[in-house]
Amino acid sequence: MTIDLKKVDAIVAAKGTQSQYAIPVLQGVQEEFRYVPREAIERIAELTEMTESQLYGVATFYSQFRLQPVGEKIIKVCHGTACHVGGAEGLTEALEARLGVKSGENTEDMKYTLDSVACVGCCSLAPVVMVDDLTFGRLDRKKAAKIIDDLEG
Amino acid sequence: MQAADKKTRKQIVVGMSTCNIAAGSQDVFDLVQERVDAGLDADVKITGCFGMCFSEPQVQVIDEDGTTHLYSGVSKARIKKILDQHVEGGEPVDKWENHFAEGEDLALMGKQKRIVLRNCGVIDPESLDEYLAVDGYQALEKVLKEQTPEEVIATVTEAGLRGRGGAGFPTGLKWKFTHGYENDKKYVICNADEGDPGAFMDRATLESDPHAVLEGMAIGGFATGADEAYVYCRAEYPMAIERLNKAIADAEARNLLGENIMGTGFNFSIHVKEGAGAFVCGEETALLISIEGQRGMPRVRPPFPAESGLFGKPTTINNVETWANVPWIIRNGAEAYAANGTEKSKGTKVFALAGKIKHGGLVEVPMGITLDEVVHEIGGGTGTKREVKAVQMGGPSGGCVPRTLFDTHVDYDEVNKTGAIMGSGGMVVMDETTCMVDVARYFLTFTRAESCGKCTFCRVGTTRMLEILERICAGDGKPEDIPLLEDLAEQIKNTSLCGLGQTAPNPVLTTLRYFREEYEEHIHDKKCRAGKCRNLCKYEITEDCTGCTVCAINCPVDAITGAKKELHIIDPEVCISCGVCREVCNFESVKVI
Repeated sequence: MTIDLKKVDAIVAAKGTQSQYAIPVLQGVQEEFRYVPREAIERIAELTEMTESQLYGVATFYSQFRLQPVGEKIIKVCHGTACHVGGAEGLTEALEARLGVKSGENTEDMKYTLDSVACVGCCSLAPVVMVDDLTFGRLDRKKAAKIIDDLEG
Repeated sequence: MQAADKKTRKQIVVGMSTCNIAAGSQDVFDLVQERVDAGLDADVKITGCFGMCFSEPQVQVIDEDGTTHLYSGVSKARIKKILDQHVEGGEPVDKWENHFAEGEDLALMGKQKRIVLRNCGVIDPESLDEYLAVDGYQALEKVLKEQTPEEVIATVTEAGLRGRGGAGFPTGLKWKFTHGYENDKKYVICNADEGDPGAFMDRATLESDPHAVLEGMAIGGFATGADEAYVYCRAEYPMAIERLNKAIADAEARNLLGENIMGTGFNFSIHVKEGAGAFVCGEETALLISIEGQRGMPRVRPPFPAESGLFGKPTTINNVETWANVPWIIRNGAEAYAANGTEKSKGTKVFALAGKIKHGGLVEVPMGITLDEVVHEIGGGTGTKREVKAVQMGGPSGGCVPRTLFDTHVDYDEVNKTGAIMGSGGMVVMDETTCMVDVARYFLTFTRAESCGKCTFCRVGTTRMLEILERICAGDGKPEDIPLLEDLAEQIKNTSLCGLGQTAPNPVLTTLRYFREEYEEHIHDKKCRAGKCRNLCKYEITEDCTGCTVCAINCPVDAITGAKKELHIIDPEVCISCGVCREVCNFESVKVI
């Protein structure tokens, strides 16, 4: 996949070139490409006072940043305390079985990425799963797998 | 519920917070909107989270005379009936309505005192006018026009407000420090990096009443001499960020924030900074470094942020709940606030109840109430036949308080005595299906992953502790593992720079203190009484089995046999102890042996 570096230029122009904007710039890049491509980091380093090593340092420190491409939809199983107590492991297992991937992987057709997240703050409806920005609560194994069935239509 | 102003039409108010939407309120809202568009004589509005997450989605119908009816568990089918019978027909649907004067609803609300949550689930969080209608920004106006910064600090000090992020540092004192440092530039920060798994007070507050937090910050800015502020909010809270940004723009448009506020010459601008996912950034020095665009690793204090904070300037950092308290204190006075609570912990505290609890959601109670009142009376216990075993307080920095200590009064000092901490307010309730060794393992998995790596004992020590806990859960525990855990815990506590490392062993230490026998059973008897640790569990179906076949259908290895309506049997040779049968059984007929 080739990266349109003009988009990176626009993000840097909008967010800023000083070190303090490292996180917003990387967030902008990820919003655009859905991950942080290597080419984008090289380009940011060219354009700003930030170095490649500083950018990689930031990108690998924060869990939000992904350095690999992701599927069209990201399915995040919440593993917060309430979800853990409520059976989050079972949801991950059910989704792994339904999608045929392990947590952290993309499906072959790049439609889905299955991931886990520390806590989405929706504990009273535990266990929960987030699909992109949408939260699904009060799940069990069957209902978790059904989310995929519904997405598939 | 409060009576609204007299309106000529009925109002339908749909709860639209992340939790409400996860429970299905978007569909309900769409249905109501559709009917109103088609000519139903009513106004549609939204509100935030009322705290009763267990009965979401929630919808209020406000009659023409201002009487409010709160409906719980509003499904698509129910909303149709409510619209037909109540909104059109004028006849409330009594059976789905909450009546706070009696029964369980009274137990739920009777002991609560709502200061922080005063507007949550009441006003439309996206409407500045509604916030103004409940006396919003009056506290800011009062301090700007009538008071000196010293007077504001004195009020907050007298109120006895302590930092609600967990450490409980006196807020007035913190402000006084920043106030005392001369500088041409100072900052105010709202820590909304609510990273504790199991806590959601701040998410709900930001989604349901963002202006209260902004107003509190502006008051803090005036008191400390700051003119610029940041809200550092987790990216996992997209709705909170959206509503914050809208609230800031709306307040600026009305000159309630920005330049020369209300013509008083006071300038105060607020930016929202999206966190990028690092638990350690809840620690104040790490948070500051993160805003500056670096890896969020804590630094040595002193200097404290009050002296040298963001970009080296004096900075006041408080969390969401602390800021949300401020406008109320200014409006109602220090005395009214300090009338709640205990000698050293004044006011109220918001708790997020979750886990094995009937009334999961947010509750706000006066400090000093007992754990039993919170968990059993307000929370309603587990809501199943099982009994409460413990409550986890304070997230990864806290601990598990056993039921035998539920007479503990909830204030900073009393909770500390149990080995747990008050923390930011997460309370995860556990019952007999929760394995305490597994809970300790769970938290160490979290802290090990979130350790920034700066201090060796935190970085390596949590890894070693996790390895030990993993082997105990896998059935490979050794007798010397318990003293080894205790030794490592002590060393990590003593040699870590920040709160993350200093408190990371707490979940292990409290479970060892109160549930040591579970560790011993895992190690010596190779048994997990909760039925959680798979390598240590075998399952059996009891006589109560109704033969519903649900376990057999769900068993991934077809180890369960039995005819319909007859007792089912697990073949121990085939069984992989995954526990699915126990999870899916509707009759609690699968037993751990």
